[in-house]
Amino acid sequence: MTSSKTETLSVLDRPNSYIGKTVPRPNLDRLLQGRAQYVSDMELPRMAHVVFVRSPHAHAKILSLDGAVARRMPGVIAVVSGKELAEIITPWVGVLSHLKGLKSAPQNAIAIDRVCWQGEAVAAVVATSRAAAEDAAEHVAVAYQELQAVTDMGTALDRDTPVIHASLGDNLAFERIHTAGAVDQAFAESDAVVEADFIFGRHTGVTLEPRSVVADWNAAEARLTIYQGTQAPHMVQNIAALHLGLRESQVRVVCKDVGGSFGIKVHIYADEMATYALSKLLRRPVKFVADRVESFNTDIHARDHRCKGKIGVKRDGTITAFEIDDLTGIGPYSMYPRTSAIEANQVVNLVGGPYTNKNYRARARVVFQNKNVMCQYRAVGHPIACSVTEGLVDLAAMKIEMDPLEIRRRNLIADDAYPCASPSGLRFEQLSHHAALKKLVGMMNYDALRAEQTALRRKGIHRGIGVASFIEVTNPSAAFYGVGGAKISAQDGVAVRLDAQGSVICQTSITEQGQGSESLTAQIVGSVLGVSMDRVRVILGDTDMTPYGGGTWASRGAGIGGEAALQAAKILRKNILDVAAAILQTMPGELDIVTDAIVNVSDGAQRIELNELARIVYFRPDTLPPGIQPELMATKHFVPREYPFAFTNGVQAAWLEVDTDTGFIKLLKHWVVEDCGTIINPQLVDEQIRGGVVQGLGAALFEKCVYDERGQLTNANMADYLVPMSGEMPDIDVGHVVSPTLESELGAKGAGEAGTAGAAAAVSNAVNDALRPFGTIITEIPLTPQVILTALRRI
Amino acid sequence: MTAPVSISMEVNGERVEAQVTPRLNLADFLREHLQLTGTHVGCEHGVCGACTVRVDGEIVRSCLMLAVQVDGAAVQTIEGLSDSGEISDLQAAFRDRNALQCGFCTPGMLMAAQDLLRQNQTPDREQIRAHLAGNYCRCTGYQAIVDAVESTAQARAGRSA
Repeated sequence: MTSSKTETLSVLDRPNSYIGKTVPRPNLDRLLQGRAQYVSDMELPRMAHVVFVRSPHAHAKILSLDGAVARRMPGVIAVVSGKELAEIITPWVGVLSHLKGLKSAPQNAIAIDRVCWQGEAVAAVVATSRAAAEDAAEHVAVAYQELQAVTDMGTALDRDTPVIHASLGDNLAFERIHTAGAVDQAFAESDAVVEADFIFGRHTGVTLEPRSVVADWNAAEARLTIYQGTQAPHMVQNIAALHLGLRESQVRVVCKDVGGSFGIKVHIYADEMATYALSKLLRRPVKFVADRVESFNTDIHARDHRCKGKIGVKRDGTITAFEIDDLTGIGPYSMYPRTSAIEANQVVNLVGGPYTNKNYRARARVVFQNKNVMCQYRAVGHPIACSVTEGLVDLAAMKIEMDPLEIRRRNLIADDAYPCASPSGLRFEQLSHHAALKKLVGMMNYDALRAEQTALRRKGIHRGIGVASFIEVTNPSAAFYGVGGAKISAQDGVAVRLDAQGSVICQTSITEQGQGSESLTAQIVGSVLGVSMDRVRVILGDTDMTPYGGGTWASRGAGIGGEAALQAAKILRKNILDVAAAILQTMPGELDIVTDAIVNVSDGAQRIELNELARIVYFRPDTLPPGIQPELMATKHFVPREYPFAFTNGVQAAWLEVDTDTGFIKLLKHWVVEDCGTIINPQLVDEQIRGGVVQGLGAALFEKCVYDERGQLTNANMADYLVPMSGEMPDIDVGHVVSPTLESELGAKGAGEAGTAGAAAAVSNAVNDALRPFGTIITEIPLTPQVILTALRRI
Repeated sequence: MTAPVSISMEVNGERVEAQVTPRLNLADFLREHLQLTGTHVGCEHGVCGACTVRVDGEIVRSCLMLAVQVDGAAVQTIEGLSDSGEISDLQAAFRDRNALQCGFCTPGMLMAAQDLLRQNQTPDREQIRAHLAGNYCRCTGYQAIVDAVESTAQARAGRSA
């Protein structure tokens, strides 16, 4: 890891600061010893287990549903239909007003009358154990009349294709058209114009812990406690209350350890809503843990885009225009509450984003189909936009016979050109494409790799280098969801207090799913306060216990929650120094806090330890001077206001070998340089990047939900749906350029999605580079052996 | 075949007697009957490795083994390996290298890694990657895990040299 020196920020640049340092995450021992508490581990008194009877058909009418036999099975508490549950919980429609024209149909917690995808729940069986519920579920008799399934998004809008929701009139959920500059003229004046069709497989998150929830309705308190592995507890609170007819204060959402999320656990799922309602109906705790088949059939899927792309270029390498026509299929409903139009919308926003070109035309269409629902998964839209953009840039370079690095150097926005905006209207505060590219080239030793490639080609070994520049949306303001009417908080809050022994308790509204939210909060608070990290305890993931806030998604935890922590700690620090000055009969400006004690600014001499100060404040306030009321707790909130998003940037490179006989790809090395602003913990940032890259590599090489023409998911298990395993993954070198955002004192932008954004594009470009002698271009992922061998005409 | 069967075994050095249905798998037995929830269930068909435990010294997928099959056996789970101190250095290496994020794969990953280190004192990175290739981790991208296992092997080799 290498890191550029950043400008120091006074409040963080203090003695013993933890900012910019690699320190281990607090509380890891819990996870390392198998003593974490995931929702799937939870047991409550009288807890029942729900298993859902799910449709085997992609599209069918429910003719009849008979739970009589199941009800008599051992241990069964209830068999509940969609109609019965609808009396407890209301349906929802996943639309947002700022996505103009987006439409969807009402969705119920359990299907009523009709099922729209294979895996949609038609009944719930609640029993004393999961095994008993599963046994009984097999005896729920459901008669279906199969309807024609709409599966191919390419024909979903055809006149003779059935309309999935008659009330909507057609299968078009959303369309966006955007034009900037003089596109036709730019293409006409280009020296070369290249077109390609890019195909992206539908894939999914495969969190190792499936979605899990325990809902506990306490009829005496008239209060529902939801234990759920979610990224956004306050969002869940709002929606559960809304659809169960409760006030938000009647719903508590508790989120303990979460076994992977990646955007999968930021949505509201029908079976989770059903579980909340079942607890209310049955007046007891009900637990739902998806099994792996259910996960594949009901966890949101993502990508599944077909995108026509076109680029114009001058002989000198100047890119003259980009044009795209993107089509994506989202299943039968737009997801709730974030909607399923965001990914296509992001693709329109992001294509061409790193470059100076001003001529851009885009169309994106989002269509309904009878497959599992699709929605936002890590790096929403970025891998599509990056693969299309960077694929086109490489094709243009090839056409004019220019080195792929050189064409980028000639078109990337200059590092001193900020602030500026993209042709799609994105505003960039400060990016560093050229510095990042320069650093990457040094790290990978580009010229040596080219020489090695040439030498090996003579021996019939086909290696390729692929480069992909990218931009990433982080720190979203209310522009993402709030302006469209979703009650998803864009702001986050942090409360810090000094306890009676001089330790710090910190409650934050961001959540932890392994990224290091607890660590970064403790690092910031400890640094600002001058308290050692082992004395900072962070509480998160509980709507009763933390300030109100958005949670952890869209690369926002560090940038937004971190800034709230910094500001709260600054106030507490001031309050502590005020009390200390009163006790020590001096001025607050003469004092500082260093390593858990008040010291003189002048000579660093220790004056009073924090635990002694706390003792006086809490137990002997009578000894303080008159008129002093210490406030050893402070709360602050933060939301970005100036920029809708804090864009980050970076560049990735892949070095790989294609076996032209078998079609297998061996990843040899991967490099990333990214700029996430202030780095709070270098190790955590690097590991976010690496993990993100590997998820992108999964999409590039392996992952695809394979549906047949009847809408049956044919590989809904971990043996047939391939994910990256340790044997196939390369080592990944990560470097940084640091351009802090000036919107916050902390200066941090997000880093969680950068890896996923550009990995597939780098790999695709590397494969095409490797296969150059064969005169074939592949613009489809995953790059399976079948795809490679087909392109090589070997099969 | 559905009547409960009496089994007895040693789990983490403790004697355990139980009545279990023949269909109960070892993972569910450990988690639901003994509340040893450190053994995780990820795929329920032997692919992901999250449920890896040690039975009579060999690592197994506890979702693919029935509880009745461990009658008379000695079972060790992550809780047992943690309390005995057997893998404290490996756990420390995972912590220092941030070789875990969500932690759900970690108990199985530690089981598999310790199994390798017992067989091969000086594995190279390729051997580490190969031995862990049956344990799925969605968060880390594996490099940190390989680093942690490698550094533990080197430290142990240094101590025994």
